[in-house]
Amino acid sequence: MNNKTSRRRFLQLSGSVLSAASLGMWPLNLIAGNSGKPTTYRVVIVGGGFGGATCAKYIKLFDPSIDVTLVERDVRFVTCPFSNLVIGGLRDINSITHDYSVLKKKYGINVVQGDVVDIDAVKNTLLLKNGKSLPYDKAVVSPGIDFLWNSVEGYTEKDVDILPHAWKAGKQTIVLKSQIEAMPDGGVVVIVAPPNPFRCPPGPYERASLIAGYLKQYKPKSKVVILDAKQKFSKMPLFTQAWDTLYPGMIEWVAGTSGGRVTEIDVAKKTVFNELGDPIAGAVVNYIPHQAAGAIARKADLTDASGWCPVNQKTFESTKHKNIHVIGDSAVATPLPKSGYAANSEGKMCAAAIVSELNAAVMPDPSYSNTCYSLIGKNYGISVAAVYRYDGNKIIKVKGSGGISPIKADDSFRRAEALYTSSWYANITRDTFS
Amino acid sequence: MQFVKLALWRCLVVMLVGLFQSVSAETIDQRTMLSITCSGCHSDENVGAIPSIAGKPAQYIEKALIDFRDDKRSSTVMGRHAKGYSDAEIKLIAEYFSAK
Repeated sequence: MNNKTSRRRFLQLSGSVLSAASLGMWPLNLIAGNSGKPTTYRVVIVGGGFGGATCAKYIKLFDPSIDVTLVERDVRFVTCPFSNLVIGGLRDINSITHDYSVLKKKYGINVVQGDVVDIDAVKNTLLLKNGKSLPYDKAVVSPGIDFLWNSVEGYTEKDVDILPHAWKAGKQTIVLKSQIEAMPDGGVVVIVAPPNPFRCPPGPYERASLIAGYLKQYKPKSKVVILDAKQKFSKMPLFTQAWDTLYPGMIEWVAGTSGGRVTEIDVAKKTVFNELGDPIAGAVVNYIPHQAAGAIARKADLTDASGWCPVNQKTFESTKHKNIHVIGDSAVATPLPKSGYAANSEGKMCAAAIVSELNAAVMPDPSYSNTCYSLIGKNYGISVAAVYRYDGNKIIKVKGSGGISPIKADDSFRRAEALYTSSWYANITRDTFS
Repeated sequence: MQFVKLALWRCLVVMLVGLFQSVSAETIDQRTMLSITCSGCHSDENVGAIPSIAGKPAQYIEKALIDFRDDKRSSTVMGRHAKGYSDAEIKLIAEYFSAK
């Protein structure tokens, strides 16, 4: 109890203490504790993407006395945002690759490279693949998405290098890019877009745009066909308008009920079949599988029948297991979309909730926002944005806020949004990783 | 012995404070809750076309947000964001960024 009191005091002081620490200001029980050394709360975070990395950083900003460990499978993180620019040849993959050195050095976050294989919610312990375990007072699970491999006939996880998904950035991004570069002029790139809910709702359509941009320049007889499980998609009127302007006749979108729903794949022939049995062959097939919460969330019993993780939408604490919070794509945070920006926003609110609870303080009302840009051509950007609040029970969009870019806008507006697209990327990755 | 221990802890704390001096801490209050979600785009430095608003006068930020919200100042996305905040909330956001 004493420790909690000291931490609360520390939190109140933290703003001034950190900038002008005078030793006399420090309460002795913080420095030494009752037993001669300080007891520290441990927060362990699973996954170093936009949700996890942001949450780790903001916990440290709110209360540096908390011991924060970030467990991430990879040494470097390649962002899904802007991976479509790599596929379209507008960016190098190194420019969308980030590491954790600043989070380690500047904020004192322990970064552990490893695979979390299970969470013991009774003993409050994470279990790593290498046999080690990490005890926690609070765990934050931010593993992103995983794929439901058996959602179509004839396709398994082993086929990803032949029919890449490129829906987790990195090696897969390069596989898809290389296939498009190697295909003959006049070939068809087939994109199979997944049903809702999935990571990055405008992503498949931005991808189609930037692939068309590459094809227009280098393989002008080629085209892109999007086979969609859905009847409509994010920013749809803006995308279709832009396709007519920039890539007339190059992008064909097929709605779910018009033969867009893919049920079977012949991997060797790079041919997909819709529910009507029609074969659609591609020189390149980008099959984006159906999705669910990251594997660890499912293993740790954090998901419900939907395959996603129900949470208290103020604190992001799992409604299934106490002291485990779930943020980012895995969490059910509707109407917030499954986007990097939303995950960043959730990471901050979750950090505030955890630090408040550990310091026995009341968390102020949370506020969330989302801003997602899509680049359609080098000088043509569009966006969707909104502001969200917690109504005491769930997250709601603030009435009147948000929406998509106007349909009626001139070239300079689209050019401005293209400029803001790259600034958005630079800023959000800076806020998350440094 | 206890004194030596304390002294050692003090040294450690001083070292840690040194390490963290470049980090500007955040206080958990309503101001911060409303504002940090803006920091995804508005950094403490200018990074590309989106301007940093850190350290700008509070009155300037407040007026800009109200004008964006009420469609008195044209914007690409800021009008859509500003419509999510009341006058009182805009004031808090302006205070937060002005103090950065």
